[in-house]
Amino acid sequence: MQFSGWRVLKEGLTGNKGWTPHWRDPQPKSEYDIIIIGGGGHGLSTAYYLAKEHGLRNIAVLEKGYLGGGNIGRNTTIVRANYFLPGNSEFYSHTLKLWEGLEEELNYNVMMSQRGQIALFHSDAQRDAAARRGNAIINQGDDAEMLSVEKLRQMVPFLNYDNARFPIYGALLQRRAGTARHDAVAWGYARGADQLGVDLIQNCEVTGIDIEGGEVKGVQTVRGAIRAKKVAIVVAGRSSLVAAMAGMRLPIESHVLQAFVTEGLKPCIDHVISFGMGHFYISQSDKGGLVFGGDLDMYASYAARGNLPIIEHVMEAGMALMPRIGKARVLRSWGGIMDMSPDGSPVIDKTHIDGLYLNCGWNYGGFKAVPASGNCFAHLIATDRPHDAAAKFRLDRFATGRGIMDEEGTGAQHNLH
Amino acid sequence: MRITCPICGERDRREFYYQGAAMARPSEDAGAEAFHDYVHLRDNPAGVTRDLWYHEGGCGAWIVVERNTLTHEILSTELAEAASLGDAS
Repeated sequence: MQFSGWRVLKEGLTGNKGWTPHWRDPQPKSEYDIIIIGGGGHGLSTAYYLAKEHGLRNIAVLEKGYLGGGNIGRNTTIVRANYFLPGNSEFYSHTLKLWEGLEEELNYNVMMSQRGQIALFHSDAQRDAAARRGNAIINQGDDAEMLSVEKLRQMVPFLNYDNARFPIYGALLQRRAGTARHDAVAWGYARGADQLGVDLIQNCEVTGIDIEGGEVKGVQTVRGAIRAKKVAIVVAGRSSLVAAMAGMRLPIESHVLQAFVTEGLKPCIDHVISFGMGHFYISQSDKGGLVFGGDLDMYASYAARGNLPIIEHVMEAGMALMPRIGKARVLRSWGGIMDMSPDGSPVIDKTHIDGLYLNCGWNYGGFKAVPASGNCFAHLIATDRPHDAAAKFRLDRFATGRGIMDEEGTGAQHNLH
Repeated sequence: MRITCPICGERDRREFYYQGAAMARPSEDAGAEAFHDYVHLRDNPAGVTRDLWYHEGGCGAWIVVERNTLTHEILSTELAEAASLGDAS
């Protein structure tokens, strides 16, 4: 089923009776060329690009729940390419370009909205750091703009510019950054993969990975054993648990990250605004809700909910930055499980087991990575060579110390990101 | 989440700093592999785990907390100096 203006008009006039399910609900076959464990954003985009760009067809995505029911369904939807370090820089540049063509690519409205991201700074030293980052972003081929406090006041007059602790000195703006509709991204990739023949198998939890002589042979699932030549793990917060089925111990600690949304309001925040010093960022959804979040709860957790101290902290930071949102009522909060790596950067790599591939360590930034993560992971799985844009996301960088990508500069240790 | 400090009693989670999995530091001559394990690799269990917390806003004790990562239930606490820490490898 394809979308078009004519189709929308026709369905609107005929009672919307002609819409069909977006993907099949196939039974698992006994064997596939490639099995992807995890039907979230990254897994679905991996399947799509394997089929689309590498012509592979005999592929299954195994999802223990329903498609897009994990972090792709519970994030703050921000898309940007404002990373500094080599490795991250080229990767997020690649992902932003894919985002810009995604709706046409998928024939799916992912509500990509390049409304611009404003990253605030609060001192002369931070201004220097922002300028340096901006230059790096321009050098990687993307856009960055320094905003004076006067210019910023014209764009976003409602901020508390004279906060005693963090007075606003200006901001780094990326106009091509913005937001996208998170569920639609998963659905668009799912439908695209399904149309290319990929079997999307839901309610199919993987319970074991079969390995013989250092080579992957398939997986055990709650719906029986499935053989495969290649198996790809892309399960975000559950990475350690699934990798353990292959006898691997990962440099990953799972943490809970909370986010919040208010009741729907009239348009009042036109950009994505990041208040790094307060661990607070906010945007307004197309439905009108203010969507905002903050820092991790800062302890290992698999509970998809957090504790109250961080909620209080995020609300305080929001009030410090823009006191006017104090009258908005918070509708709900939720928590997602983040696969935190020691240096805050991801892994897209082969493993020491032939035919077993790993995509993890997205920390709290996995959503914007979805297109390029799938694109690069598919390239690795299909060709056994890393994609140029993700060549530095190596698993062995922690063991060797070469190529650590500590974007925050806080140290490559678990409790520091 | 409230954590019982063996010295101060039950306190708000905000008084504590989270260090991570409770593991013994390898000996200095243990080699790079052992330190890689210690610094980076984690069991990261979904269920009962033991981790190190520091009572920063209280008595300053290091505490081994046994808790459930699925429910946030605190199962037991003891002073780190009295606890045997898990092997890094």
